[in-house]
Amino acid sequence: MFQICLPVFLGGKCIVSAALFGQLLIGLINGSFYALLSLGLAVIFGMLNIINFAHGAQYMLGAVAAYLLLNYAGIGYWPSLIAAPIIVGAIGIAIERAFLQWLYKLDHLYGLLLTFGLALIIEGVSRHYFGTAGLPYSLPDSLQGGRNLGFMFLPNYRAWVIVASLVICFGTWFVIERTKLGAYLRAATENPNLVRAFGVNVPRMITLTYGFGVALAAFAGVMAAPIYNVSPNMGSELIIVVFAVVVIGGMGSILGAILTGFGLGVIEGLTKVFFPEASNTVIFVIMAIVLLVRPAGLFGRRA
Amino acid sequence: MERVVDPATKVSPLRKQSEWIGFGIMAAVLLIAPFVTYPMFLMQCLCFALFACAFNLLIGYVGLLSFGHALYFGWASYLAAYSAKVWGFPPELAILTGTLTATVFGFIAGSLAIRRQGIYFAMITLALAQMMFFFAVQVKFTGGEDGIQSVPRGHLLGFIDLRNETAMYLFVLAVFLGGWLFIRRIIHSPFGEVLKAIRENEPRAISLGYKTDRYKLLAFVLSATLAGLAGSTKALVVQIASLTDVNWPMSGEVVLMSLVGGLGTLFGPVIGAFVIISMQYKLASLGEWVLVIQGVIFVACVLLFRRGIIGEIANYFRIKL
Repeated sequence: MFQICLPVFLGGKCIVSAALFGQLLIGLINGSFYALLSLGLAVIFGMLNIINFAHGAQYMLGAVAAYLLLNYAGIGYWPSLIAAPIIVGAIGIAIERAFLQWLYKLDHLYGLLLTFGLALIIEGVSRHYFGTAGLPYSLPDSLQGGRNLGFMFLPNYRAWVIVASLVICFGTWFVIERTKLGAYLRAATENPNLVRAFGVNVPRMITLTYGFGVALAAFAGVMAAPIYNVSPNMGSELIIVVFAVVVIGGMGSILGAILTGFGLGVIEGLTKVFFPEASNTVIFVIMAIVLLVRPAGLFGRRA
Repeated sequence: MERVVDPATKVSPLRKQSEWIGFGIMAAVLLIAPFVTYPMFLMQCLCFALFACAFNLLIGYVGLLSFGHALYFGWASYLAAYSAKVWGFPPELAILTGTLTATVFGFIAGSLAIRRQGIYFAMITLALAQMMFFFAVQVKFTGGEDGIQSVPRGHLLGFIDLRNETAMYLFVLAVFLGGWLFIRRIIHSPFGEVLKAIRENEPRAISLGYKTDRYKLLAFVLSATLAGLAGSTKALVVQIASLTDVNWPMSGEVVLMSLVGGLGTLFGPVIGAFVIISMQYKLASLGEWVLVIQGVIFVACVLLFRRGIIGEIANYFRIKL
């Protein structure tokens, strides 16, 4: 144990190292959710030109699906981690076919309004059935406990969340930037008509992309279930922060979305240690500063 | 500001007349309405109608979707309530305090938000509003979860007792009609024509020499100010300022009202506000289903009735709005 102090001009507050690293860990956890969600938003926006306001609701649906699978079908955490994203992703595909596909030729704003409506529906229905209080979801047995790293205690589950989201994020980056499938995707983002002329089924690609983005959100939701409780409100507040993250990072770059997500999570964690009263707002303040200094966002290209 | 006069786009006298006829009908209906239904309900509708008109000024005539208008509505309502209750301001000064607060916030948030276009603009306004929501939760004077309760209505100009329901109703009606006429004046002014030019084709407006950012900012500040006027008035009507007014669902509701009534129409947001508020009153017993119904209306409006109630009617009778 040792103490860490801020410089005097920042208030000179001193903190025990364990508290600092504990908050850093929480920051990294939040950061991995920001990264997963903003990555999904960026992928969807790239292909569909729609900002998916229902992303938070779909994240919540992932957690709810895991809860239902556990309590009504006896399916545990590990199978849920695969099953819930597939179920919610399938719902996403149905949503794209039923609603979103009619909007591609319209102004972007209609996509935002429609997905906002969908978010209200999903949230209202789950509030009706589950109430606003959180439902507990217990840790999987295999990830109980933790280890002492000397300077802090690291719960196994939290370590797993960070590693898993890093793997998923960089896996997505690899698929999009380094594989043939990703090349099709990027080409279709750039010029869908030309790609269609080459015989690629672009509409199906768009549908699957939306399904994948939604599944990413649901995956984050399942991972969040044991950390936060499963509650119908968990998505709507998170999605607004994620919007700020997306504004800061810009949606042009996959790697940018990942880095911004993790980075802002850590900054938020640090703020919680040193200026607890500002921890809710720090990401929004950073957004305002970025808009002043670099209006296009940290990784954005000037439109 | 440069003047734009293009004879080709001059409003036909008939259309101008039909707007005045519409205004006359609206004013007459609203004068008779309190004999038919509860003044309290009507006053709330009027406040939200003005709020929706203010929001519509941005989305309908400049093409900017602000998803954070609860910020101006809610904070104006806080400041009006606080100044009336704690500082003992008379109603007209309390409303002015609230409205000016909204103007200042509108200027700050607007200058940040107009730095990005389209979808980002919506996300930035939403994020800034959420930031100010958290701020409202933390600072002492807003009263946290309790809000500011039992706000005194006071005496208007020192001699009109607003505790009298009729006096209060007439006052709110005057505020609403005044705000509506002001918005109409903005839209039909040369400044309004430039706004519409920006909505249709911003690069073209820039190439014609208009400093579009300044126009957008001014429109944003005007819209925020009017939203603040609505919020301050609402604080005096229901005598409460609370977190509901600054939270994001409020921003969503005002979008819904304008969308239902008809974006970019003068009467649409008014109709939309009355429809949505009546719906909330009627369906209050359904609990969370109200949220679901709102969501369904959003989806239905976007997919099927993008013109909204007024727009669809006008389209049916081939009236150009």
